[in-house]
Amino acid sequence: MTRANPAVPDLSTVEVQGLTRGSFLLRSAFAAGTVYGAGAVGPYVKHAFAQSNAGDVEVLKFALTLELLEAAFYERALRLPLSGGVREMAQTFGKHEREHVSAIEETIDGLGGKPDRAPRFSFPLRDERSFLALAQTLEETGVSAYNGAAVQIRSPEVLAAAGQIVQIEARHAAVIRTARSQAPAPLAFDKALRMKQVLQAAKPFLKS
Amino acid sequence: MQESRTNARDREQPGAMEELARDPSSRKRFLRMVGGAGAAGAFAVFLAACTDDDGGGGSSSNRDVASPGGVASNRDRGGDPKEGTSDVEILNYALSLENLETSLYGKVVESGLFRGSQLDLIKKFADNERQHRELLEATVEKLGGKPAAPQKTSFPLNSASGVLTLAATIENGGAAAYLGQANRIRDKEVLAAALSIHTVEARHAAVLNELVGLPPTPQGSFAGPLSMEEVLTSVQRYIDS
Repeated sequence: MTRANPAVPDLSTVEVQGLTRGSFLLRSAFAAGTVYGAGAVGPYVKHAFAQSNAGDVEVLKFALTLELLEAAFYERALRLPLSGGVREMAQTFGKHEREHVSAIEETIDGLGGKPDRAPRFSFPLRDERSFLALAQTLEETGVSAYNGAAVQIRSPEVLAAAGQIVQIEARHAAVIRTARSQAPAPLAFDKALRMKQVLQAAKPFLKS
Repeated sequence: MQESRTNARDREQPGAMEELARDPSSRKRFLRMVGGAGAAGAFAVFLAACTDDDGGGGSSSNRDVASPGGVASNRDRGGDPKEGTSDVEILNYALSLENLETSLYGKVVESGLFRGSQLDLIKKFADNERQHRELLEATVEKLGGKPAAPQKTSFPLNSASGVLTLAATIENGGAAAYLGQANRIRDKEVLAAALSIHTVEARHAAVLNELVGLPPTPQGSFAGPLSMEEVLTSVQRYIDS
């Protein structure tokens, strides 16, 4: 697996060297091609890879929907009059979600799939309080969505990439819970949700 | 966000993972240690599982030491599933980390360095880790393995800020450790269990980071994995030999 930075607080500013995060994930995804014997070179790689990973593309599209939802949510939240720390958090988390979106889009593309166009979303956001409450719901749903979907992923590289993302969703959830004076890790084991359950939960925020 | 911060200068515990990342010789030290008589005992169970994660870049001596069966090189590429680290080995590796965390939090609670809401938080984390340990032990047994026994540990518990920094380092490392194993696990149920623990370690890490004045997502949008070897090297100092 491509080595990212060790999880060291002090190395916070170090990025994956020489690669955008998106291309980092994309490279991981392509590396998976060799696992399936799709061959290292040639125009057939993409095609063969896409076939062997049809299921993974579905999972990635599902993840993309969630990330688009979260990215739109944080963007919308910045229109609210938020206090300094909360605004900063919304900006940072929103940036993370946008980067997840780009990485997943590139990976779907790399696997020969076609990323869906972003749906239009609407959120019941009135003030900081409603923002934090909904942020918690969305991030918790994100954690459970990835944990539920990850076991279906076949490519070890796509699974690794999903793990890199879900860990960030969990960190977001913990920070938001703390900001709401709630226990950051209320359960010893985070729940897993089925895709269907997640999409049902996301429905109220989709504009028809 | 979190207002409770400790003085960075107060940290007597430089990040173990950080040191490893900066100091390639610590990796070599580990390999030497593994090769020597020190390999017997506490970490024997892991050593068999340790891999050459350099993807072929390691020296031949590395490979001899790290993969006695000579089967490690294909592991991260998802090679022959019959070869490489077994789920039981991965579970025992995770169990040893949970044992370490449980031991740390137990000693921290006893130390009297914390009270009030921070003590409550630490007790809650301790309870999470204890449950992780129980599930991992049960799963190892279910798969016909022998659960790794807890080791005697020593931690520098001199100040509250130092303890929080140490805990943050270990939790960030724990999250990275689970992340590093996720795509090597074969059994879907074992994977589901590991994933459900991984994100709880991440929560702990994020909160502890905030408490010591570090970003909750120190690596930005994508978390990084650590290999077994990296993690074991960095926690070795807390295990009594």
